[in-house]
Amino acid sequence: MDILQILSNTAAQILNPTTIGFVLAAIGLAVHFGFTGLLNMGVAGFMAVGAYGFAISILTFGLPWWVGALIGIAAAVVFALILGIPTLRLRGDYLAVVTIAAAEVVRLLFLTTAFRDVTGSADGLSGFHTDFRASNPLPAFSGNVGFGPWSYSRDQWWVIIVGTAVVVVVLLFVWALMRSPWGRVIKGIREDEDAVRALGKNVFSFKMQALVVGGVIIALGGIVTAMGTNVNPNVYVTSQTFYIWTALLLGGAATIFGPVLGAVLFWVVRAFLSNLLPALVDIGALPFLSGEQSQMLVFVLIGAALMLLVIFRPQGILGSRKELTFVK
Amino acid sequence: MLNQRSTLVLARRRRLGTALIAIAGVLFAIWATMSAPAPAHSAEGDPYRVSGNVQLEGEPLPGIGITVDGPGGAQTTETDAEGKWSVAVPERNADYVVTLDEPTLPEGIAVVDETGADETPNVKEVHVGPGGRVSVNFFIGAGERHTTSFFDQLVERVINGLNFGLMLALASIGLSLVYGTTGISNFAHAEMVTFGALMAYLFAVVIPWPIWVAIPIAVAASAAFGYLLDAGLWRPLRRKGLGLVQLMIVSIGLSLVLRYVFQMFIGGGTIQLPGSVPESLQLFGSVRLTAVDLASMATSIVVIVAFAIWLQRSRIGKATRAVSDNPSLAAASGIDVDRVVRVVWIVSGALAGLGGVLWAYFRPGIKWDMGTSILLLIFAAVILGGLGTAYGALVGSLIVGLLVEVSSLWIPADLKYVAALVILILILLFRPQGILGRRERIG
Repeated sequence: MDILQILSNTAAQILNPTTIGFVLAAIGLAVHFGFTGLLNMGVAGFMAVGAYGFAISILTFGLPWWVGALIGIAAAVVFALILGIPTLRLRGDYLAVVTIAAAEVVRLLFLTTAFRDVTGSADGLSGFHTDFRASNPLPAFSGNVGFGPWSYSRDQWWVIIVGTAVVVVVLLFVWALMRSPWGRVIKGIREDEDAVRALGKNVFSFKMQALVVGGVIIALGGIVTAMGTNVNPNVYVTSQTFYIWTALLLGGAATIFGPVLGAVLFWVVRAFLSNLLPALVDIGALPFLSGEQSQMLVFVLIGAALMLLVIFRPQGILGSRKELTFVK
Repeated sequence: MLNQRSTLVLARRRRLGTALIAIAGVLFAIWATMSAPAPAHSAEGDPYRVSGNVQLEGEPLPGIGITVDGPGGAQTTETDAEGKWSVAVPERNADYVVTLDEPTLPEGIAVVDETGADETPNVKEVHVGPGGRVSVNFFIGAGERHTTSFFDQLVERVINGLNFGLMLALASIGLSLVYGTTGISNFAHAEMVTFGALMAYLFAVVIPWPIWVAIPIAVAASAAFGYLLDAGLWRPLRRKGLGLVQLMIVSIGLSLVLRYVFQMFIGGGTIQLPGSVPESLQLFGSVRLTAVDLASMATSIVVIVAFAIWLQRSRIGKATRAVSDNPSLAAASGIDVDRVVRVVWIVSGALAGLGGVLWAYFRPGIKWDMGTSILLLIFAAVILGGLGTAYGALVGSLIVGLLVEVSSLWIPADLKYVAALVILILILLFRPQGILGRRERIG
């Protein structure tokens, strides 16, 4: 068992574009659930809308990459409006079921062979990175440059830089937003909707704004992920939503840095386990498991972690008991 | 006093811990007894391929419609300029049905059968082997087409839809009852469906007993599973005073755990129950039904009627309706709410398990995520009928079942679930309480 290789694989996960996309999705979900109390179970749908909006604008319409990113964001706004209008007046669990259904509808529409020319069906989309890579201002170098496990090519570094910059900007934005009067109304809605309504605020409108803001941040996560890899409908499944929830609840739902910590920890632990468990099987430390079964054990552990977190520490690592995240 | 309280809390904590360990122990025990060798695991969306070439006397035929149906649902495609077509399928070691859409062939041309024994040579069954690739060729020539009239197709779809809807009803009634009595939106309900099918596999194939013995045992095991979940997880959590949103997320975690535990047992492939590819009986025209379809519909109807009588007439059934209506009032009038909830979990487990067995025959095949694949349809049915109302779930299921099957006459087969989900979103716009629900429930 090569423990150094396992640790190196684990550490490399921190700067992976997938992780950065996950961080953004978790921040967006924090705006939805942590601060506004909206039960958005369609995180994967928002990510898919952003990623496909980005990729399709470039591939089908030949637009520059930054226009593609703006279209991905616009698509997320439209998606949030379509979801919000029927459900935001209803009780929370309705929003949960409708968002999960809408995310599934989105995935099936991207998966169907009927629109293969545009969406690539089950094969997904690839080859839309040329323009983005051409905009790379880094000095030319060949091979991988970096330190230890964090050695990447020039193209990869560009994705990491853009992704991290987006994370920083979004964090500052959310931090400023949540200490503004707008943020206080949003948190008030989470604590007691009727009280806020009694103060003369239009609760529906505030919820809708929060749904749009969070949705755009989640879509940015999808776009950053798409910048680093291909777009494939099998990524944006319901389980993806549940993993992002796990990451958010791990870090702390009603905090600014909770989603960042949670998402990075989620991927680090996941990468560590899926490297470690098969290695343990190889040396015979887990005699009742096969290599494949040990990979499934990783997901069993993720599910169990989600259950235990919600039962025993619903406020997450960084949250405080005072700011209860499960009011109703 | 304070001390007493904290000891109580501690005791509760300990009970919850023991309960979780007990559940883990039971799951492990099941695993140990069911150490069937897992078939090769195919990762999600793995591109196994069914492909072919459509030519007429050496000339390629472009734009010919091809439908491939099997595990993972039906997919349609067209031949390209070279007459080639190819469809990615999710599973190997599985059977697929390839249909060439004859109306898309040029005038006067059809798929011909050289032996003359096959009445529908444009429909072929193929087996995708361990290599994951298979090619299908049709003999094309001048001849008479094998078309199915629209009416026959419609009748077939309606029958299929009723069958699917009745099966869906078994699964959704349980979900609705649990929601009505405890308020939990139980996302792990799908795994209770899969559990029923797995138990049928355990007792009919692994052990192996005759299927008519195995199915009742599987239903009983599912009922016991429902009881265990309540006693080991949900009741302690209710006592702990967890909110409904927390309970919902716990059910999501539970669903992940169970789903991957199932996958550890049976791997990522599809396994079959005995008799899942039976002879079909011709009704009229080209409308066909299998004995399994008939048995499945009859079973569903008998069980649903029995359930309705139980809910309407029996003492505990009446108590269940009272608790769904208003738990505090029911408790105040002397109903043991805990006991009612326990019975509801048992009934819900049994119904979901039976639904799972029927779903395994309808798909056909057992897969680790077979329950999850219809979870949203179950939710759609429950919300369509009215959350928390048992009869609403029945009505909603029939509508969703018919909608899914009949709509695939017009829309591509791989989009057929979309129709049901769009209806779910629309119904929330115009009648959020559902067909049989009451206004006050939507809060």
